[in-house]
Amino acid sequence: MSRNVSIKYSLDRTTIIFYVLLVVMGWLSIYGASYDFDQPGIFSWDQRAGKQFVWILTAFGLGGMLLLVDYRVYNFFAYVIYGITLLLLAFTIVAPSSIAPDIKGSHSWLVFGPISFQPAELAKISTALALSKFMSAYNYRIRTWKDLIPIGLFVFVPFSLIVLQKETGSALVFISFLLMFYREGMNGIILLLMVFAIILFVLVIRFSIVPILDNQGTLGILLAMGIILAIQFFYAYFICKNKKEALYLLGGIVFIGGASLLTNIWYKINFNYVALGIVLLSAIYWTITELFFRLKNYWLIVLITIGSTLFCFSADYLFEKVLEPHQQIRIKVLLNMEDDPTGAGYNVNQSKIAIGSGGFLGKGFLNGTQTKLKYVPEQDTDFIFCTVGEEHGFWGSTLVLVIYWLLLMRLLKIAERQREAFNRIYAYCVASILFFHLMVNIGMVLGIMPVIGIPLPFFSYGGSSLWGFTILLFILLRLDASRLERI
Amino acid sequence: MINDELQNRRTVIAIIMSVIIVIYILRLFTIQIIETKYKEGADSNAFLKKTQYPPRGLIYDRKHNLLVYNKPAYDITFITREVHDLDTMSLCRALNIDKAYFIKRMSEIKDRRRNPGYSSYTPQLFMNQLSSADIAPIQQSLYKFPGFYIQIRTLREYTYPIAAHVLGSIGEVSQRRIEKDPYYTMGDYCGRDGIEYTYEKQLRGEKGVEILLRDAKGRIKGKYENGKDDISPKAGENLTLTLDINLQRLAETLLRGKVGSVVAIEPKTGEILAMATSPTFDPNLLVGRQRSKNYYELLKDPTKPLMNRATQGQYSPGSSFKTLQALVCQQMGGITEHTMYACNGPQSSPVKCTHHHGSPVSLVNAIEQSCNPYFWNAFKATIEKDGYGTKNAIFRKNYDEWVERIKSFGLGEKFTDSDIYEQARGYIPTQKFYNKVYKSVTGWRALTIRSNSIGQGEIMATPLQLANAMCVIANTGYYITPHLLKNDTMLQKVHRCEVEKKYFPIVYEGMWKVFESGTARASKLEGIEMCGKTGTVQTHGKDHAFFVGFAPKDNPKIAIAVIVENAGFGSTYAAPIFSLLAEQYLKGKVERNELQEKVSNTVTNSNVKKR
Repeated sequence: MSRNVSIKYSLDRTTIIFYVLLVVMGWLSIYGASYDFDQPGIFSWDQRAGKQFVWILTAFGLGGMLLLVDYRVYNFFAYVIYGITLLLLAFTIVAPSSIAPDIKGSHSWLVFGPISFQPAELAKISTALALSKFMSAYNYRIRTWKDLIPIGLFVFVPFSLIVLQKETGSALVFISFLLMFYREGMNGIILLLMVFAIILFVLVIRFSIVPILDNQGTLGILLAMGIILAIQFFYAYFICKNKKEALYLLGGIVFIGGASLLTNIWYKINFNYVALGIVLLSAIYWTITELFFRLKNYWLIVLITIGSTLFCFSADYLFEKVLEPHQQIRIKVLLNMEDDPTGAGYNVNQSKIAIGSGGFLGKGFLNGTQTKLKYVPEQDTDFIFCTVGEEHGFWGSTLVLVIYWLLLMRLLKIAERQREAFNRIYAYCVASILFFHLMVNIGMVLGIMPVIGIPLPFFSYGGSSLWGFTILLFILLRLDASRLERI
Repeated sequence: MINDELQNRRTVIAIIMSVIIVIYILRLFTIQIIETKYKEGADSNAFLKKTQYPPRGLIYDRKHNLLVYNKPAYDITFITREVHDLDTMSLCRALNIDKAYFIKRMSEIKDRRRNPGYSSYTPQLFMNQLSSADIAPIQQSLYKFPGFYIQIRTLREYTYPIAAHVLGSIGEVSQRRIEKDPYYTMGDYCGRDGIEYTYEKQLRGEKGVEILLRDAKGRIKGKYENGKDDISPKAGENLTLTLDINLQRLAETLLRGKVGSVVAIEPKTGEILAMATSPTFDPNLLVGRQRSKNYYELLKDPTKPLMNRATQGQYSPGSSFKTLQALVCQQMGGITEHTMYACNGPQSSPVKCTHHHGSPVSLVNAIEQSCNPYFWNAFKATIEKDGYGTKNAIFRKNYDEWVERIKSFGLGEKFTDSDIYEQARGYIPTQKFYNKVYKSVTGWRALTIRSNSIGQGEIMATPLQLANAMCVIANTGYYITPHLLKNDTMLQKVHRCEVEKKYFPIVYEGMWKVFESGTARASKLEGIEMCGKTGTVQTHGKDHAFFVGFAPKDNPKIAIAVIVENAGFGSTYAAPIFSLLAEQYLKGKVERNELQEKVSNTVTNSNVKKR
């Protein structure tokens, strides 16, 4: 059954207002970022602000057109769109450089005459649609680990194709689907484990350069092993309430630790191996406890212990071998391991200076000096938030963040009011993608995330990304508007 | 609704999002309100990265004579924001310009339509490529003009005023190239053509960076940490070319007053010994401030001095093609070395003979005397040897084979594995081409394409390709891709031709007789036995004069193609040039000074200017 409800009544206007606000603020910031005292007006086609104005108008037109399309189209064609996207992504990798030129080291653009676009931008949307369709099927629910395999593949294929295009930043965005998986029933432990893995990685890398005693091991490994043991203790003592076993563990740790310190007086030992030994012994201890004393629920802790220990000892290797040199430097700069204010640290350092110099009220619209002197590179794309920080200060930047927050909360609300699983899942995809972009981009500008070149949604200069986000959002608005059409 | 039990997870997600945003707001609060060091950072110091340009690589000839080197030049730049209290009159005096020019140049720079990268905070180019003499007066008084700076660059200078097309030139990098290669920035110099273009990456070296500190007003405060992070520029690689500068100079002298070109290659190595084109120009003309004016003048010259006729000129090879025809017809079994054909001189049909000789003629004599009917009959016998077949299928198959074997001499395609800048392709007409022209597969026969038999008609070749084809004959069956840079990897590029070795001696003999008793006997050189072939190609005006060949006959050391446009007989205009070049290369000097004088002073086109 369906009834026709004019889109005028069912369209979510709150979201539209936030969208327009962000786009216009972004436009003004781009104008500010490239403004020079003797330059022509904001609409001049020579300038980026003028070009962005055209992008914005076309994006509005595009959004309006999307609202006119029948909402069933997205569900119906989800796999087709996904398939075409994968072909385009693959084509971009193998295409000759006349069609897919190398731009700043990445091979991710397709150029047809005057039109150029990034299939990776499209991949976010089509993966969201395909996942929504697959996961909304009647016979699909996330119950066991196995159920994660197909949806994992849906994400992994475009992810790896984009990595092959050397667009690691855009590929990382696909991690955001984990939030949606969580909402649809994935065990929350996976999210916790990810956070845990990041903490371990940062600790091991950051303190791998800090030796203890007379170069007998590194602080990184000791801290990581300490955290693993602390988690074991916490889990046993507070969650399983097996206080006795937990205290045995503590005793064992203190004993071995003390013994090795004592031995060290006569014979120098490497404490990395002591820590490794303690953790492995603890894993054996919990296995025995599980098997012989029938105290359940320790399998998980044993698995996590072994997994994270392996992870810690291979973290250095991963860092050196898997990451590219420029990525390593970005992370080292972030972790204060290297001071490189003219090289990799330059962007972040200049960006912090620009934002910091804004103070509470900012220097005023078009009065930023740091951005004018072109100290901040990429100041109208990835580092656009600097201009806000410099010209509008703390209140302006906070306002922008609050608008993003309101938009995200609104999207969650829209998601939960859907009757169709397809629509809800898609809504969570949109919210997750926008959130991930926001988190990584602003985190980077504020110097608390590594430099990963992904744009700030609706804000950054560039037609490809603005159109991408507009399509992503307006498909959701169209789906949402259909909620009253079905009874 | 489905998944009801999971609805509380929305709250968890909302909390995650909110926490991150709150953390960011707190971070903003710290940076913008609590910490003061960032404000100082903005007020006091910032970095200025100053590019250090590396010297470009030098270019030598095969005997290590320096051909191209660098000389300093100076650019005047200014930063609008730093210019104050400018005394325009004295600046103009120091720069030796008038005030009108100053005003015009300033408005050009500030016009964003013409100079989209303009900013009042960054250095703008005011005048470029001033010589040391020009810069001296302003250097002393620069302190009087705050905001104006001098930037040192290097320009090219040429030891000899020759080989302009081979060496190429450098010029300001184009917007398109900047977008393609991030190494370049606006105002950089890069190779525009010739060797400068092909080996740009080797010649340019690596730019260095000097990191300076400057305050918010743009004043330089010195080096950052005493230059700890500076990168010094890496000089470009020096290149050694295969050219022999003496031979090149002689070739250009001999071509004076004529339109044409010369290519000389060492057959064993494919190394280009000389590549001359006429009209030509002094490469020094395209350097410095005069570059654009001179370039424009060269561009509008009706004799097209900018075009490298040696690689881009496409000609019907005419009679010089008969040598290849003789080889391929033998290989395909159309003729043997004993085949004789009758020749009725000018009365011959369908192809006339323009030479006077006895009849019937053998293959050796046909080459020696350049007999047209002989090669028409040989060509016909070759591609018609198995008849026509249904829908001419057999004939067309044999024609295809003929095309492939001719192309294996390096004709009809560019040398894609070569380092020569901008080659023309030439043309060997394919079966497809004729099917299209005559609208069906049966619309054409051997008779239809008879001009091909004597190298006229649709066949086109560049002088480079013809010289290379002579290398194939000199090497009896292979060539090495002709190239300009002396290095060993180039020598690996061996291409075999599809004619067996045993068919070459007869052609050798015929080409030797061309000098002994044939069309080029007047250009014979005492003491050296040479092989060659004349060509006189009919065109709209006077005939093009051709001469191709190699020398000495045994163990050839040089293969040459000479083309003089609209001159007349090949034996009169091209053969002496061949002979003199062979003498220069093989004997190290020219002893027939009278002949050299005569050839150099022969003018076949009065429009050719000396530059």
